[in-house]
Amino acid sequence: MSGGPTLFVLGASHHTTPIELREKLALGPDKLSGFYQRLAAVPDLAEVAVLNTCNRVEFYGVARDTAAIERLQAAFCELQALPPEMFNAIRSHATGEAAIQHLIEVSAGLDSQMLGENEIFGQVKDAYADAQHRGKVGPVLNRVFQKAFQAAKGVRSGTAITIGQISVANVAVDLALTIFGQLGKTRVLLLGAGDIGEKTAKAFLSRGACTLTVSSRTLEHAMALASTLDATALPFEHFSHHLHEFDVVVSSTAAPGTIITREVVAAAIRRRPSQPIFLIDLALPRDVDPQVGGLENVFLYNLDDLAAIAQQNLAARTAEVEHARRLIAERTKSLWAHLVARGIDPTAAPPTA
Amino acid sequence: MPVTDRNWLWIAAAFYAAGFILGTASLLRHRQHSRWIMYVIIAAGFLVQTVGLYSRGLAVGGCPLGNTFEIFQFTAWSAITLYLVVGATFRLSLLGYFTSMLSAALTLVSLAIPAWDATRRVGAFGGNAWIEFHAALALFSYGVFGLLALTSIMFLLRNYSLKHKQLSGFFAFLPAISDLDHINLRLLISGFVLLAASLAVGAVYWLQALDTVNVSKLLVTVGVWLAYGAALVLRLNGRLVAKRLAWVCLALFAVALLSLHPVNASRHPLPSAMSAESRT
Repeated sequence: MSGGPTLFVLGASHHTTPIELREKLALGPDKLSGFYQRLAAVPDLAEVAVLNTCNRVEFYGVARDTAAIERLQAAFCELQALPPEMFNAIRSHATGEAAIQHLIEVSAGLDSQMLGENEIFGQVKDAYADAQHRGKVGPVLNRVFQKAFQAAKGVRSGTAITIGQISVANVAVDLALTIFGQLGKTRVLLLGAGDIGEKTAKAFLSRGACTLTVSSRTLEHAMALASTLDATALPFEHFSHHLHEFDVVVSSTAAPGTIITREVVAAAIRRRPSQPIFLIDLALPRDVDPQVGGLENVFLYNLDDLAAIAQQNLAARTAEVEHARRLIAERTKSLWAHLVARGIDPTAAPPTA
Repeated sequence: MPVTDRNWLWIAAAFYAAGFILGTASLLRHRQHSRWIMYVIIAAGFLVQTVGLYSRGLAVGGCPLGNTFEIFQFTAWSAITLYLVVGATFRLSLLGYFTSMLSAALTLVSLAIPAWDATRRVGAFGGNAWIEFHAALALFSYGVFGLLALTSIMFLLRNYSLKHKQLSGFFAFLPAISDLDHINLRLLISGFVLLAASLAVGAVYWLQALDTVNVSKLLVTVGVWLAYGAALVLRLNGRLVAKRLAWVCLALFAVALLSLHPVNASRHPLPSAMSAESRT
């Protein structure tokens, strides 16, 4: 059977497009509305949904004629003032079964820059809801998206693709959970106002840490960061006397040598012997004396330790990719058979550049 | 062929062993076993073991604590009882696995050594409900200490994994170290209080009949109670914490368990006894 409408996906992603170019491709809310209006004028484009994230711009659609796919691309390039040959060089496209497979892989986080990340699932759902709200999706895309969400959920729960954190900040938070069980009563001290420390502190706050205190050699820097993070500031010269009040210490100062000695931590743990202290040393050179890790109830992790865990988690996720792809292929096959039975063109080829 | 109490207890041991095998297989495949499946398997073993111990209780005319076999069975049963409460309340990952391992070991070893069950004591407590209550409470506290030994092992494993940065595989399924510390403290307090209550109940009886006091048994029991009490006091004032507390709890349980057989063997001559063969 041939000659029916064609299910397709066309777009560009982080795989082929550097960040500078992705910035040019991005469709802000206003532009997106304008683009949907332009698409209304594209003949033979029966259904369309736009997925626009920081890592990809993709158009999922149903075309009565494959020429409509080229017209969609032309409309996009015109809107973004992008030379068509430039888009041709970075674009990826698929039709039929491959388009479905791609959508499920994207939704499951398999195609993400950070393999298995969670955010993309919500972004695809939002893109679908937006297209639905605008009346741009019909029976084919409705079924494809809904089934893709089911399949993606199945893949995420049925494989280890989302297990373990793969960013240093989130690995640190997971470690804190392994120590404290929950973060609701956890008090965090951030030493230094550097970028990586700030990111880690934000990760702790976003996952429910009780309080955050910032201490930096320059009190003004500490106060400025504390005010943006809804935290409190502590004069740097006082932090060692208050160390026992904190469960987690994130240190990322630019100090040339050790600022947290074994004696300081030993004194702190003596004042809270049954409560652990988790020290996260993100500084280079290191802020914390490595001998601190030998103290009872004190757990010390440096940047290399966290990076190694993140790498291990990533390797575990990567090992699951083939398993996940097999599951997706099964779901895709079943959904594709259903769509072909409903009249979708099973022979349509991707448009040529 | 009628189902004897030992048959029931073999079936219970098989359930516990099944839980242990299921958990081991899951861990070898780096998968977390279903906590509910583990809970159901252990609960099924518990029910069957309860039936077995009830049958034995009917046969010996009281709480079945008359020989080493029965003491091991009752200790395993106590640990399982606690797990069914603690496991459901605190949802400690892998606790079911470790409990099934301990119970399978205690029940299978006791079943595999016929000499431990060669002689059964009928009316071992002379019909005195208080002394029977004392014995049951004492062994229940041993069950608590057994569970404490398990959570101590889990604490040591988690401590090792955090100190040596080994967080994947089997270690990924262990509970948080603070959660294990909290449960250890609660179990230590519970076991100590239960054993204290048992000694208090026993003391009332002993004061009325001093000539019946088994001095070696009394010394060992009081010694175990004092040792756990010392550990508890040191834990509460922060002198015995974390890894050292876990090692002490493990060592104390080993001592308590090893003392059960000699203490039981040193009892006074029985009011009445019968061979296992004559009853089954």
